[in-house]
Formats: sequence, structure tokens, C-alpha cells
Amino acid sequence: MPLRVEIASLTAIRGGRVLFRDLSFAVEAGEALCVEGANGSGKTSLLRLIAGFLAPAAGAIRIGDVAEAEERGKLVGWLGHQDAVKPQMTVRETLAFFAQLYRSDGEVGDAMEAVGLAPLADLPGQYLSAGQKKRLALARLSLCDRPVWLIDEPLASLDASGKRIAAEMIAAHCGQGGIALVATHEPLGVGCARLSL
Amino acid sequence: MLRYANPARFMQLSAALLPWLSGAAAALIALGLYLGLVAAPPDYQQGDTVRIMFIHVPAAWVAMMAYGVMAAASLIGLVWRHPLADVAAKAAAPLGAAFTALGLITGSLWGKPMWGAWWVWDGRLTSFLLLLFLYLGYIALWNAIEDETRAARAAAILALVGAANLPIIEFSVDWWTTLHQGESIVRAGGPLISAVFLWPLFAMALGYTLLFFVLWLLRIRTEIFERRARSLMLEGAP
Amino acid sequence: MSALVLRDLSLAARAGGGAALALAFFAMVATLVPLGVGSDLALLARIAGGVLWVAAALAALLALDRLFQADFDDGSLDLIALSPHSLEAVSFAKIVAHWLATGLPLAILSPLLALLFGLPAPAILALFVSLMIGTPAISAVGALGASLTLSIRRGGLILPLLVLPLISPAVIFGAGTVLAVLDGLHNGALPLLGAFSLAACALSPFASAAAVRLNLAS
Repeated sequence: MPLRVEIASLTAIRGGRVLFRDLSFAVEAGEALCVEGANGSGKTSLLRLIAGFLAPAAGAIRIGDVAEAEERGKLVGWLGHQDAVKPQMTVRETLAFFAQLYRSDGEVGDAMEAVGLAPLADLPGQYLSAGQKKRLALARLSLCDRPVWLIDEPLASLDASGKRIAAEMIAAHCGQGGIALVATHEPLGVGCARLSL
Repeated sequence: MLRYANPARFMQLSAALLPWLSGAAAALIALGLYLGLVAAPPDYQQGDTVRIMFIHVPAAWVAMMAYGVMAAASLIGLVWRHPLADVAAKAAAPLGAAFTALGLITGSLWGKPMWGAWWVWDGRLTSFLLLLFLYLGYIALWNAIEDETRAARAAAILALVGAANLPIIEFSVDWWTTLHQGESIVRAGGPLISAVFLWPLFAMALGYTLLFFVLWLLRIRTEIFERRARSLMLEGAP
Repeated sequence: MSALVLRDLSLAARAGGGAALALAFFAMVATLVPLGVGSDLALLARIAGGVLWVAAALAALLALDRLFQADFDDGSLDLIALSPHSLEAVSFAKIVAHWLATGLPLAILSPLLALLFGLPAPAILALFVSLMIGTPAISAVGALGASLTLSIRRGGLILPLLVLPLISPAVIFGAGTVLAVLDGLHNGALPLLGAFSLAACALSPFASAAAVRLNLAS
């Protein structure tokens, strides 16, 4: 079955509040979807629902023909708004760890080059700026080599060249047949369908 | 059975049952106290102090049963996700803890004339003390987690792990008392073969059990009322 | 899975001084007890098994609240949960890492502390073996406690209350092993301890994974 993310009549309730009700959409292979909305509108919750962390109040989510939450998660490349960078681990070590954990074939060196972190390879996480940590997260995302990218605010704390790198990576990922769902306040700089919550 | 799990139905059913259960509990406890404290003769060995047994042993029995109720409700809540099951488990805990404490205190009071000490590291009492800690941990976990649903599930996992561990704890404590037998005198209570002792014991055990169910149902009802009141308040807010 | 174990170990070494804190605590408690009960070596030898077991259990608890918390707080747990490994395998890896960083060093230090209590050599060996076999149970039950208390602020305070009653069989059997050697008996403590440890290590990953799932959904 070809890759596609399918949301059917999804309803999410968090903390007693209905975030969205009866949401339906589909994203095909090679497409990107930008999810827009005010803070608290449920963008993060939507991504966490698709990743399988949360269970919906109603409705169904499928990636390809996989419906079950934890199995879906194995198809997801996650970039949340927390950077998941350990202060004591260097850039190279962080990427190597996740590459090994995700059983990835990717090259840590190439991933670092792609995001411009190669000169900082042996710098521990605590010395990185917020923008550098975000680039590290992007490198990790590409290393993990998953078909569906769920990204929460990729452009936050990135400078102009960082934003360009992010946009290029997402475009490249979709160009290779992947799917990207991006929750973002700002325009991504990539051709994408838009969903407002 | 599941029909009665619906809150509205549960409230109706429990409201109908409560007066009967309360009456029966009161009657049985009164009967048991009379038979045990007045009618039954003093034990040939322990004299009148044996009468504490009629308060102590049933309390111990209910303390154990309450944990079983809590664990069963936890399992139902975890597997079938029924919110009433979570409330039921939560409601049982302080009652179980109270009966455990009652068992510990009466056991200690019994121990003083029996062994000359306020506390002895008797196998049963020690297991009981650990049971009290299991209850306290469970209650603490419920109170510490802010989100009700999450608290319910976390507590349910803890209750089930505790239930699995409880026989192991009891076995290990029993084993431990045999190990240290030379240093302390163990085994509370003599052989209870006389029917004269069994009747008050049964009456009290049944009475305590009904008392537990009465208090448990009351606590569940209270929790449901509180939740309703909270929703009403939230709905009424601008 | 070894990636996770190695990472946790190196983080423990870099961030928390590794086993140093637990070892120092262990030694400190072992030192305080004679100060409290007196220096009669016959008495100390008698209580050594129990005292050192309790001290080791408490020392192993020290860093437990960070077991899952650190990864949960910085978003690493999300990424780890989405990896090709089940949460049960992840929990097991965390238990292994915790044991290697605390239980194992504690067991290795124990003979030295046992000397302070005047334990004869065969009993010291029994203590060492019992700690080697029993401390995995503490890590396993501790992991369950840590995963249950993930979302609680200052959950570190409630953690001992949850974990200590559940590991009481390990303390009983562990100390019983030492006593068996001191009294020249075969009381079956060691096999019982082994069984308990095995059961705890086998079952805890499942319960801990359930608790982690619960907390990821928040």
C-alpha cells in the first residue's frame, strides 16, 4: 500500500476541552502539510495523536495500512518542540546514539554536514545555542530515516540560514516520496497544503 | 452486572441497598460483640484478653479483603477503562488502610498481655505493617498525580503489582519468622476449636465485611456527587 | 538496546559522578550504624547482613527518580518510544543500566564494609553473592516506581514509599543468606532471593512500560 497519512473524523479532548472535532484529511506521499493555529489550538496534540502517544476521543488515524498506535509510531520521524539534547553528550555522540537506536544506515558525518554542525561535532550539548540544538534535531530527524515526519515548530530559534536548511530538508524528504506534517507559526518556505485548527 | 456500573444506575442501586446493608452490619456487629465480649467464656490460657481476637481477627480479614477489592477494581478500570471502577478502587484504599491500622493496634493491644510487649515482630503483624505501607503508597500516588485519569491508571498498576507481591511478602515474612524463632515467641492465638469462639468470630467478620461495603458504597457515592458538583460549577462559570 | 544501556551509563558517569554517590551513601550508613548501636563486634556481625542490605537498598534508591525523568523532561523519551524497540525492551535496558551503575558497585564495595562489621569470610562471600543476585530486583522494582511517578513534581519523595515495601522480600532473603552462613544452616534464602529477583526483572519491564505509556499520553 502506498504511503499516505489518513485522518478520519478525529476528535481530540485534552484537559476536558475539545481541541477539534470531526477532523478529516489525508496527506499523500511526497506531500507536506502545514498545520497552523493559535497556541493551544491542538497542533501539538494532533501530532502526538498521529505518532500514537495519545489516543483520540473519536475517529481513526492510519499511516499506509497501519492503524494501531504503537505500530504507527515506528513509521514516524519525530521532531518535537523539546530538543532532546543531553548537555553532557557531544553532537556526534547524540547523533550516533540515535542512529544506532533507530538502526539507521545513515552516516553521522553526512548528517552533521547537511545542517552545518560539522565544526561543532565534538562540542557537548550544553554549549550549543538554541538554534544549533534545533539543527541537531533536524540532523537526527533525517538520520532516523522514517517515512512520515511529524515536526513541531521547526523554525523556532533558527536563524535565516537555519530556516533555509530546514525548508530544504523537508522539501528533499517529500521529494523522495516521504510525508511531512509540520506545525508552524511561520511560513515554511516549502510548497505545502495548509490546515488551520 | 455492567448495567449497574453506569453511575445513575449505581446511585439508584446503592441508595436502595444502603439502609439494608447498614442495618445488617450494625446488627451483626452488635451480635458479635455480645457473643464475643459477654456470652463466650474466657479462654483457659489467655483469660479475658482473648476477646480482643474478636475485634482483631475480623479487622485483619477485612483489611486483606479490601486490598482484593481494590486490586479487582483496578484491573477492571485498567482493562475496561470504566471510570466507576477507578472511583471504586480509590474509595476502597483508605478503608483498607483504616482496617489494617485497626488490626495492627488491636494486635498490639492483644500482644501486651500475651507476650508482655507492645509490639512483637510476629509474622502476621509484620505482614500487616507492610500491607499498611502498600496502602499508604497507593493513597499517596493517587494524591500526588494531578490528572485524575492518569492517577487512576498509575494507581491501578501499583495496586496490581502490590497484589501480585502480597503473597510473596507474606511468604517471605513467614519464612523470616521461622528463621528467627529462637529469639522471639511467635504465633498469636491458640487453637480455636470451640464453636463458642467461632460464632462470634463469624458474626464479627460478616459484620465488618458489611460495614466495609457500606462505607465503600458511601465513599463512591460521595465521589460521584463531588464530580457532579464540580462539573456543575464549571458549567455555571462564565 | 546496548546503545541505550551504554548511553545511560555514560550519562550517569558524566552527570552524576556515576556510582560515587550511591557508594558514598552506602559507606556512610554502614558507618553510622555502629555509631548508633555500639562497637560490640559480636552484635555487629549478627546484624551486618540486615544493616548492609538495608543500606544497599536505600543507596540504590538514590538516583532512581531520574531513571526515566530526565529523558521524559527533555523529550528524549518520545524519541526513544518511537524507536524500533518496544517500551518493554527500553524499560529492561534502563533496569540493566541502573543495576550496572548502582547495584553492581554496591555489591563490590560490600565486602569492605562487611569487614567493618566483623563478618567472617564465608559470611562476607554470602553477603556479596546475595547483593549481586538481589540488587537487580531493587533496580527492577525501582524502575516501576520511577515510571509510575514520572509526572509528579518532587516524585522522588514518594518513590521510596512505593518501592521499599515491595522489595521487603529481597531484604529478608538477602539478610537471611548471611544469617544462614553465620549459623551454619541451609535455610534456602539464596534460591528464594534468586527467584524473587528473577520474577521482578521479568515482570517489571511490562509494568514499567505500561506506566511510561500512561505518562507519554499527557
